[in-house]
Amino acid sequence: MQNDIALSYRDLACSSLLLWANAALSVRLSLGVERRLLWSGVRMVLQLSLMGWVLALLFAWISPWATGLAALGMVGFAGFETVARQPRRLAGWWAYGLGTGAMLMAAALVTLFALLGALRPDPWYDPRYAIPLLGMILGNTMTGVGLGLNALSNGLVNRQAAVEARLMLGFDRRAALAPVMRDALVSAMMPIINTMSAAGVVALPGMMTGQILGGVPPAQAVKYQILILFLIAGGTGLGSLAAVLGGVYRLTDARHRLRLDRLSRLR
Amino acid sequence: MTAPAPGQSGLQVRGLRRHGLQPLSFDLGPGEAMAVTGPSGAGKSLLLRALADLDPNQGQVSLDGVSRSQIPAPHWRRQVAYLPAEPGWWGESVGEHFHDWSAALPLLQRLGLAADADAWPMQRPSTGERLRLALVRALLQSPRVLLLDEPTAALDAAAVRAVEALIADCLHQGMSVLWVSHDPAQAARVARRQLVGGQGRFFESPS
Repeated sequence: MQNDIALSYRDLACSSLLLWANAALSVRLSLGVERRLLWSGVRMVLQLSLMGWVLALLFAWISPWATGLAALGMVGFAGFETVARQPRRLAGWWAYGLGTGAMLMAAALVTLFALLGALRPDPWYDPRYAIPLLGMILGNTMTGVGLGLNALSNGLVNRQAAVEARLMLGFDRRAALAPVMRDALVSAMMPIINTMSAAGVVALPGMMTGQILGGVPPAQAVKYQILILFLIAGGTGLGSLAAVLGGVYRLTDARHRLRLDRLSRLR
Repeated sequence: MTAPAPGQSGLQVRGLRRHGLQPLSFDLGPGEAMAVTGPSGAGKSLLLRALADLDPNQGQVSLDGVSRSQIPAPHWRRQVAYLPAEPGWWGESVGEHFHDWSAALPLLQRLGLAADADAWPMQRPSTGERLRLALVRALLQSPRVLLLDEPTAALDAAAVRAVEALIADCLHQGMSVLWVSHDPAQAARVARRQLVGGQGRFFESPS
């Protein structure tokens, strides 16, 4: 790699001043967000450092089992994060199971698709490709799944009368919930649609920026970014579709009733 | 075709119960109306929702001798139509909620609603107009049983008379009606039988 600038811990400490400044603003304007801001910053630093260490280990081992285990761990954490971001959750085991299952299915399919299709590293489970790819796909799929499930449960609660009016007129559950389901899927897909629309014109996506800063020629970085955005779009679409369809299934029953009693109470 | 055996035609309810509703049994023949009265919280709406199978419930409910459990729920709800006290609307305009506006026109005009109301945005109709629109929407499905939850609560005297006359015609044509009303005079006017409830327990009051 040519002329890449190695970062020191002092450089990082310096740039963290921006986060402190934000926290100070939050205190000054009594926004009350300072603790969450700083805590998320601390988490980010710890988690990424841990990931750096894990990646170094995985790169040294190149074992399908270790890579698979790390991937499963990432999906598990994504499931927890999705639940934590939901004010209205499905009651019981479903809250965690639905989002996690949808993400596991979507991220695994799309990552394997990229590894076996476009990238073909040797061996195909080489963690240098598999784990970062999965991370990019999973992070965005998580956002989509979370937004979709939120929009679904909020939509059903707020539009209960409208949905039940359709049920009472003899619509089946899929048809009765279709407008809410459509809005949930649109809201799940909105971030990736916006990202793709603005990519290159307004925003340089993070991965491409990282590669360019790391010394990769722009043309190469652009190709990787395009691949990644396609994968993210696919993962988000699949994952949020599975999660929203699962949510529709769980929030209705075989007698075509709306079952809001299967949502836990608003926190 | 043989006529249904006596006691087999109309709505038959045996041991209907759900959360907030004690077991309840009654029969409602074709062309028969029964008023449902009781204080707020008596479970009147819970009863109607259970009959429409909108909430989980237990017990035997059948129509013309056919058990509800043998009929797909959407089909059941087209035959046993429920009009809630606050009907729901999903579209932007009034017309979106009707399959066939021209078929609705005679009923709408009978209830004093404007013939061009299909173009109205959904914010425009008043509470009383919405209730009447929802009644027409439900009647267009030609249900066998109509479950009415305070259908005249927000209406002026003329509109109340129009709704009562329309429902009386439906009864003449053989529809069965369960009519929740908080007004004892109306209950006596629209139905000969009466279910009186309190705290989830209903019984038929001798008239």
